[in-house]
Amino acid sequence: MKEQLEAIRNEAEAALQACTDAKQLDAIRIQYLGKKGALTAILKQMGKLSAEERPVMGQLANTVRADIESAIAQQQKTIAEAELTQKLQSETLDITLPGKQKKIGGLHPLTIVENEIKEIFLGMGFSVADGPEVEYDYYNFEALNLPPDHPARDTQDTFYITDNILLRTQTSSVQVHVMEKQKPPIRVISPGRVFRSDAIDATHSPLFHQVEGLVVDKGITMADLKGTLELLMQRLYGDDCKIRLRPHHFPFTEPSAEVDVMCYNCYGKGCRLCKGEGYIELLGAGMVHPKVLEGCGIDSSIYSGFAFGLGLERIVMRRYNIQDMRLLFENDYRFLEQF
Amino acid sequence: MNLSMKWLSDYVTLDTTVKDFCAAMTMSGSKVEVATEEGSEIKNVVVGKLLSVVPHENSDHLVVCQVDVGQEQPIQIVTGAPNVKAGDIVPVALCGAELPNGVKIKKGKLRGVESNGMLCSLGELGLTVHDFPYAIADGIFIMQEDCQIGQDIHEAIGFNDTSVEFEITSNRPDCLSVTGLAREAAATYHVPLHIPQPQFQGIEGNIQEKLHVEIANKEKCPRYAAGIVKNVKIAPSPRWMRERLRASGVRPINNLVDITNYVMLEFGQPMHAFDLRYVKDGQIIVRNAAEGESITTLDGVTRTLSSEMLVIADAEKPIAVAGVMGGEYSGIMEDTNTVVFESAYFEPVQVRRTAKKLGMRTDASARYEKGMDPEGCLRTLERAFELVELLGAGEPIRTHIDLNYNEKQRNRIPFDPDWINSFLGTEISRESMCETMKMLEIEVDGNTCIAPSFRIDLERPADLAEEVARIYGYNNIPSTVIKGIANASLTPKQKFRRTLENATVAVGCYGILTYSFISPKYFDKISLPADSNLRKTVVISNPLGEDTSVMRTTTLPSMLETLSLNYKNRNAAVALYEMGKEYLPTGTDTLPLEPDRLTIGMYGEDADFFTLKGMIETILETAGLHDCTYQACKAEETPFAETCALHPGRSAVIYKDKTPIGYLGEVHPIVQKNYDIGTRTYVAKLLVDEMQPLAETEISYQPLPKFPAITRDLSLVCADEVPVGVLQSAMKKAVGNILEQITLFDVYKGEQIASGMKSVSFSIRMRSHEGTLTDEQADAAMKRVLKALQEHGATLRA
Repeated sequence: MKEQLEAIRNEAEAALQACTDAKQLDAIRIQYLGKKGALTAILKQMGKLSAEERPVMGQLANTVRADIESAIAQQQKTIAEAELTQKLQSETLDITLPGKQKKIGGLHPLTIVENEIKEIFLGMGFSVADGPEVEYDYYNFEALNLPPDHPARDTQDTFYITDNILLRTQTSSVQVHVMEKQKPPIRVISPGRVFRSDAIDATHSPLFHQVEGLVVDKGITMADLKGTLELLMQRLYGDDCKIRLRPHHFPFTEPSAEVDVMCYNCYGKGCRLCKGEGYIELLGAGMVHPKVLEGCGIDSSIYSGFAFGLGLERIVMRRYNIQDMRLLFENDYRFLEQF
Repeated sequence: MNLSMKWLSDYVTLDTTVKDFCAAMTMSGSKVEVATEEGSEIKNVVVGKLLSVVPHENSDHLVVCQVDVGQEQPIQIVTGAPNVKAGDIVPVALCGAELPNGVKIKKGKLRGVESNGMLCSLGELGLTVHDFPYAIADGIFIMQEDCQIGQDIHEAIGFNDTSVEFEITSNRPDCLSVTGLAREAAATYHVPLHIPQPQFQGIEGNIQEKLHVEIANKEKCPRYAAGIVKNVKIAPSPRWMRERLRASGVRPINNLVDITNYVMLEFGQPMHAFDLRYVKDGQIIVRNAAEGESITTLDGVTRTLSSEMLVIADAEKPIAVAGVMGGEYSGIMEDTNTVVFESAYFEPVQVRRTAKKLGMRTDASARYEKGMDPEGCLRTLERAFELVELLGAGEPIRTHIDLNYNEKQRNRIPFDPDWINSFLGTEISRESMCETMKMLEIEVDGNTCIAPSFRIDLERPADLAEEVARIYGYNNIPSTVIKGIANASLTPKQKFRRTLENATVAVGCYGILTYSFISPKYFDKISLPADSNLRKTVVISNPLGEDTSVMRTTTLPSMLETLSLNYKNRNAAVALYEMGKEYLPTGTDTLPLEPDRLTIGMYGEDADFFTLKGMIETILETAGLHDCTYQACKAEETPFAETCALHPGRSAVIYKDKTPIGYLGEVHPIVQKNYDIGTRTYVAKLLVDEMQPLAETEISYQPLPKFPAITRDLSLVCADEVPVGVLQSAMKKAVGNILEQITLFDVYKGEQIASGMKSVSFSIRMRSHEGTLTDEQADAAMKRVLKALQEHGATLRA
């Protein structure tokens, strides 16, 4: 009987070695371990054995069963692995075929840069203020120390609705709204559309965008203005960016400055981009004129402040190397897709 | 303002290059636009003497000249000019010379005779007869200058000045002068400034006998000084004066006119010269014009005046528009014998208004309107007399008339160096500040600064701070960070706008920006009824053109124009959006409302009504506007007049609860044709401002379901015209609170379905949060559904 059991084991193991698929494997399991299988048949003869032999053979039979079962499990695993390998191989894709795109759109380049500037100033503790585009003369000019008949009004060709209502020529008008509503400390920027009656060409548009900035508090200095603008430009153009302030005149700031940023193309050496200047004129700024503060009910002997206004188009055009401003308002899809 | 560097050197000695000068002046507040070296395009042109001039053997209009140009041998030049003869001194362009018109001179042969250069006319040197009045315009420039043969032409004719163009801001009219800029240069370089007092002899004479001046309007003309020059000899000015005028961009005319211009350039103060013969009765009255009075000004134009304008009049009529332009007939002529010089102060706003109203901005008016120095009138007059004598142009009467009603005091400004330092963020010493003030002629009197009369812009301590800062150097001011912290974030409205915009980008749209002003014709293009409210616009009174003449009351036309442009540019498929304002009038004296609108437009292969609707649904969900409803547009009761531009069967108004928040739809074929778009086009508009308060921004977590759901599918047949939305809301109501979701999975018309009917299939998912739903509960719900659907004529599909 012992020989029979050993023979069954050897036979089964040989059969398993040769087996290559799950179906065959199942047949082998039934053939040897099933109710009518070879092992069961042997075990049915157990009764014929002596009391001494029975436990010995019983144990042997169990060992044989366990061995076959483990061999089956082993082979099952091998077959499964082979089948998986086979499956994976058959599923190989040409990964150079194009992907199925989920098409999303994009922000207008002016919006991208405007958002970036907002983020920079939010990080510095500035709020964002909105103001009307159709505006009273008072907010656009008079409250900004530009009374009627002021010669500086000539430099801003204004669209008028009535004698008293106009399309704002500068976001500086929002300064006055903010100071009327809010007492210092004030830290605010205001991006938006402004209008001047310039005929449309590559560098002019009757509508363009500015970002105004205003800070009013006790002890605000011109050095603070410089520091703030330096931070802005370093965030926009990189940590090695340098700025230069030139004296200028704006009726609503005193002292006033025009601010140039070092040409990022030549780093101040002078090149075609900056017309040999080394610097590019980017914005106007200054200390808020005491008349403006007082007109808004802020005591200029206690508070001081600075303001600045920068043209968004100029920054956008330089950043993306856009030569013609008309592209920004024409909205050709092939242009918009690039941002 | 064009500054002659030679002229500047009369007053201030600078040891610097032009490039450094320009940079330093710019950084101290006088911005240089450009520096132009006179005659810099001229190269290798020298003074030559014609030794002989003989006819050309093969030509009857050419001559062959032997020219001494200071070299060992004379050179031979062939010329066609008729005005040359032996002995003439002429400019000679040698081989390799360059001229302003781009001509390069090369060796050549003219009809077989060698020519080694060119004789030049004034024009070829970039000059005119105004620069050299003795020369002729058409012909070689026969020089009468004191020069050497072979000398470089620039030196020989004084064509070697550098003209620096400054951009002078409107607060600094004092810098519209050579002396003003010299003062700035002296302060910038910390060098002395030397402006001599004018000296003149004059002749005896009683000016009062010849001239009587009266100011009728002392408010608008607080000062009027006048003097008389007798025995005038009109002639060209000397070369040095012509050179300086030329470098300053002023055309020389004759000695008298040139003197007035020269003095204006020198001191900034405009002057005017009248011929005394034409000052009726020797009477000058500064008065307001009579309404309708007219004058022919120096430019030959007859102008009608109005009563708020100020004129200089004689006993009968206006002879000049005060501060703007003189009259034609009283101007200086060849035979003028006695001249009246006027040097006056006119009130700036008055001059500005008059010049604007007459549409004539002159050099004089541009100066007066910014504010001249009322104390500068006399010095200017005296300087003019000095020049008259220097040029031998006439004999000034020693005495003059000076009516001075000016009560303006010089501005006294508190001077507090500590405050200035705390304002600028600097540590500049009091001494250094005082030095700056001194250079700028600002008098320091203890704790007070007294502004000079020509600095009308200095009024307050902040103005003094600017003077200190600009001479100290803006770039020497340190950079500091604002002290204190501040709390900042976007407002809910700003955040909402950003959310909407990001969602719109996420569903595939690209941002556009269009003009806020449109053409009134655009309303016709979108088929807007003639009586529509949207046609009531905010109108620009001085537009660039009709196309940009009214503020848009709807963003739709801007979007359609953009789609049209893209279609024309052969962009096959586009999806665009604009976050922009509309301008809705509220009255003639009040500002319009400026609500934000999100406008979407698309066309192309994938564009259809339901794609757009899906995009809108996604955007609204993302923005927190849940359960919005859509109602077909009905022309008579639409909340949006522009929906007339949409396909009546393929458009809808969007509601949140009962508030209309926008519309969407296919563009009406007629409108689509108006915009030349050859494919079906889809648009939508959302009212951003109205939506924001309705949006749910608070998110509250709902527990995940603990109990299983039961799903039942339902296929119905109903009349074709019954909207699916109606069936859905009936079902929703019938199922009640165990409803989790109704999903439409099929709409079918055709075979097996009677004509005029449709089959609609839904999947209904139900779930209870209290316990496992039983089949009985689900069955009961479905019974309720079927009953409810019967009311809409929908039955189970057999």
